[in-house]
Amino acid sequence: MADTDSMILAQGLRKSFGDFEAVKGIDVDVRRGEAFGFLGPNGAGKSSTMRMIAAVSPVSAGVLRILGLDPATDGPEIRARIGVCPQEDTLDTELTVRDNLYVYGRYFGLPRKEVRQRVDELLEFVQLTEKASAMVEDLSGGMKRRLTIARSLVNRPEVLLLDEPTTGLDPQARHVVWDRLFRLKQQGVTLVLTTHYMDEAEQLTDRLVVMDKGLIVAEGSPLSLIAEHSTREVAELRFGVAEIGNSHEAIAGKVADLAERVEVLPDRLLLYTADGEETIAQVHERGLEPVATLVRRSTLEDVFLRLTGRTLVD
Amino acid sequence: MPDRTDDVRSTAPSNPIAGAARMFDYWAILYRRTWKGSVITSFVSPLLYVLAMGVLLGGFIQGDPSELEGATSYLDFVAPGLLAAQAMTIVFGEVTYPVMGMVKWHRTYFGMTATSLGIPDVIVAHLGFVLFRVALSCAVFVVVMAPFGVFASVGGALVAFLVQLLVGLAFATPVYALSAGLKNESPFALVYRLGLIPLFLFSGAFFPVANLDRWMEVLAKATPLWHGVDLTRMFTLGQVDWSMVAVHVAYLGGLALLGWFWAVRRLTKRMVS
Repeated sequence: MADTDSMILAQGLRKSFGDFEAVKGIDVDVRRGEAFGFLGPNGAGKSSTMRMIAAVSPVSAGVLRILGLDPATDGPEIRARIGVCPQEDTLDTELTVRDNLYVYGRYFGLPRKEVRQRVDELLEFVQLTEKASAMVEDLSGGMKRRLTIARSLVNRPEVLLLDEPTTGLDPQARHVVWDRLFRLKQQGVTLVLTTHYMDEAEQLTDRLVVMDKGLIVAEGSPLSLIAEHSTREVAELRFGVAEIGNSHEAIAGKVADLAERVEVLPDRLLLYTADGEETIAQVHERGLEPVATLVRRSTLEDVFLRLTGRTLVD
Repeated sequence: MPDRTDDVRSTAPSNPIAGAARMFDYWAILYRRTWKGSVITSFVSPLLYVLAMGVLLGGFIQGDPSELEGATSYLDFVAPGLLAAQAMTIVFGEVTYPVMGMVKWHRTYFGMTATSLGIPDVIVAHLGFVLFRVALSCAVFVVVMAPFGVFASVGGALVAFLVQLLVGLAFATPVYALSAGLKNESPFALVYRLGLIPLFLFSGAFFPVANLDRWMEVLAKATPLWHGVDLTRMFTLGQVDWSMVAVHVAYLGGLALLGWFWAVRRLTKRMVS
């Protein structure tokens, strides 16, 4: 089993908390240099999976190898070689930005001089050089996240684990984080991330698995998943307040034959079709008057809706 | 992220002491930020205690060695009690709320154990810092008390100081274990009111436990602080009973060891799921 390019290998991986089974047997193989994603709504089992991969949460059943090592016996050795950016910040708010990175580097057994040099480089990389002497509690959410990412890089990890890297950040801060992660990807760092944002998964991952209720329901590249599970375009129709005999369900019945598939959401109808404009024209021909229409390309959100019947963000 | 090939590799520590040593800089940085406040209190409070209890209150008490476990003045009797009680108090302060902060409020421990460090490493480092605080504050205490002539010899003072490290450890590991497993901070009020304060008052620091009813005396002699106080007092008074020294050291050392295993178990249970 000297497969040196397999960074993470899971077979029939399970995680239980008492009677509750959070992960119900998943198979994953992450290759060197890949950007791999777990996409799914809250409670899908993504974070439980990530904590097992980070070698901080024991495996309940199945096989898990990280860098070819078994987390049950080689936890410290694995953690020495991976980087972890947890969902909840665990930064030391009583220390400065620089000291947070410095002490973390020391935890990995790196010599002081080496750590100081890396800290300077990492501050530069996450654009926090000017904030080096600031206390962590004075940073914005986006800066804290970048600091956490910098901290997870201090041991030059072979795999970087990111659990919901941009949850809770405003759109601008998200784009800065994405940009930094994209650079890491370009440098060949293996990225493994969980997210419930389909745009994040589309932007950052080469390959992803869609998780729902502890199981993997689909696997592939963002484009191949969309091609496989959705149509090229989606026509979104909004109608006014539903009237009796004219509910969304009733309207859906009237247009069902115009699209490959129709989804009824609380506020709109989604018509899955190869040509959205054409479909909307046909809707109008039938005398239906939506108050607003939108044609867009299919996204991973649509894939998820198709596979689970639910939206990613409730 | 720069990509150099002459990488200094990060590694797993070979044992908890080696792991804890990697956290030296963390605790040093933290202490550098807080030492000013603690230095003043650790100098002033022993002075106030020795003056109020030893000199002023002691002025009303007849110095009868047969009544005061061999001390010729109340000041000589109470000084070692204050010293051991100080060691205990410092420990309670360091391993109650701060431990909960590391586990629950700031989640600092989770950041630490996401690295190649393990839970025992983290506990050793934290306890190492607690012992440092005990050592520093007891050293100040000894220096403040010395001019009052409470030490029979320099050697006795030195051993009495070292005893405080054992007393500190005997309290630190079990109280740490207790704190590590608590879901919230409200039990700490009980720990202080029903633990620290009765121990402080009734473990032979301020009066000979022989003055208590028989059953209360037995109870008092079962407490770790009594063992600590008696051990300290033997060396400050220069009246050492080596068989009792062995009993005290075994008791305090045993408690520290049991507390250690309990601490590792409770923190592991709390953090690993």
